[in-house]
Amino acid sequence: MNRLWTLTTKEARDGFRNRWVIMITLVMTALALILSFLGSAPTGTTSVSPLAVTVVSLSTLSIFFIPLIALLLTYDSVVGEAERGTLTLLLTHPVSRTEVILGKFMGHLFLLTIAIVVGYGVAGLTISFTGEAGFADQEWDSFLRLLLSSVLLGAIFLSIGYVISSWVSERGMAAALAIGIWLMFVLLYDMGLLALLASDSGEGINGELVKWLMLINPTDSYRMFNLMASNDTALLSGMAGLSSDHRASDLSLIMIMLLWIITPLVAAIAIFKRRQL
Amino acid sequence: MNNITLTSVSKEYGKTKAVDNVDLAVSAGECLALVGHNGAGKSTLIKMVLGLISPTMGNVSVMGHNPMTAPFNGVRRDIGFLPEQVLFQNNMTGRETLEFYARLKGLTRDGLDDLFRRVDLMYAADDRIATYSKGMRQRLGLAQALIGSPKLLILDEPTSGLDPVSRQNVYSIINDMKSAGTTILISSHALTELDSRVDRVAIINRGKLLALGSIADLRQNIGLASEIKVHAPVNSMKIMTQHFGDKCFVNGVAQFSCPADEKIAFLKELMGLNISLADIEVNDPSLEQVFMALTQTEGHVHE
Repeated sequence: MNRLWTLTTKEARDGFRNRWVIMITLVMTALALILSFLGSAPTGTTSVSPLAVTVVSLSTLSIFFIPLIALLLTYDSVVGEAERGTLTLLLTHPVSRTEVILGKFMGHLFLLTIAIVVGYGVAGLTISFTGEAGFADQEWDSFLRLLLSSVLLGAIFLSIGYVISSWVSERGMAAALAIGIWLMFVLLYDMGLLALLASDSGEGINGELVKWLMLINPTDSYRMFNLMASNDTALLSGMAGLSSDHRASDLSLIMIMLLWIITPLVAAIAIFKRRQL
Repeated sequence: MNNITLTSVSKEYGKTKAVDNVDLAVSAGECLALVGHNGAGKSTLIKMVLGLISPTMGNVSVMGHNPMTAPFNGVRRDIGFLPEQVLFQNNMTGRETLEFYARLKGLTRDGLDDLFRRVDLMYAADDRIATYSKGMRQRLGLAQALIGSPKLLILDEPTSGLDPVSRQNVYSIINDMKSAGTTILISSHALTELDSRVDRVAIINRGKLLALGSIADLRQNIGLASEIKVHAPVNSMKIMTQHFGDKCFVNGVAQFSCPADEKIAFLKELMGLNISLADIEVNDPSLEQVFMALTQTEGHVHE
């Protein structure tokens, strides 16, 4: 346990040392603020809480941005250390390969959580203080859901990053795979689904099947989780028209996301254990 | 009691045999040098001893455990390792780096000062590694290997890239560890410097163990002759050429090539001539010559 803590704090400290945390937090804050203000402009004096608008904007931002930074953080975490020679040295110490991956995961998750909570928190607080609605009347529930699910989304792509990194033998290969994985999850998968729906004239495909095909993709689970968070967010994102049987329960969405964290993490550990040094 | 035992160990990568049927034992307190060309299989052998890779065939036992099994983790805190090339993280200080590895071994940061002093890095302990020279990094690596006073010290090319002063420093640390009873496995191609410092040498070429023994034994076994040079006045030279005939080659000085076990007899014979001599040099073949002789004959066998 002590060794796991040592590995975790080392990764976390690295993140602060190379200014990764500062940079990413600043970028996240800036993007979040820009999106929030742009997003809240057209609402005017509707009854919709400005924070709900922010949640919708930020969750759209997160789907692109959080997987990207999570993959950037992890794609060379194993293969990079292998190339520098520190991995060989590390593994001659009394640590198991499982501990090495878990330590990296916990350290990186800590860094990502800071970036998300600070970046989005600043945006959320700014919006709620500058808005006309009272602080307590804001959609804080939706906002907390956003923070929690964004951390989960980040954790998913951290785990996937370790799979890539412990599998390949060169950094360049890991980078290329990371980009490919990112494109697939945030863009190509949904395009494929759309194409599937468009090619079908409306009778053949089972709605339930499409729903689950969509939810298998963790970024879509994340989207569903946030956009359906409340009547406001659903209304804003055009999800309000969905009948209740097309929605998935919060619990099942969270389960899907947790599965997407645990499965790649277990796979990464298994692959790393077989890795030749 | 052996610290390291390799029994018919082979390691194949695809079709290439990086290590080919090696039997090797290092007893407690012994200092054994692995000598071979680059790519001869030294590092592969070391990785199997450290439990980083598993042998394709054969058994490895280190301090009574198979390095690929979980209980070996308990032994790892007693092993110090200096990799052939390690790039420590530039944005950490030397002290933070050592502290990290010390904590992994279940130790605290106490005693790190002592290590920094031993490798002559105390003045830079709190500087970022980015500011270190190559020699300083190598010394930091050595300090890392010495954390927790290991019972088994494994050094892969410990002197590569070091200036002569740092090299001597490394060798004096190795001597200290040896007298403290540490078992040392050292791989190197700095052959001339190893001569007097190791108990036994294992010569490896293309994954095979070519020879194993003390340097004196190896000389004897492969029949490399010692070279004896005699400086003497001209008339003594004449007498020598007459007496020894073909065995003597005069080139300003008289040179004799003489098998190690005939050295004494030869010198007695020389003294028996009762001529005036200015000086005698006796040069035994160095580890380098032994190594070249062995790897070259092996090369011919392959070709």
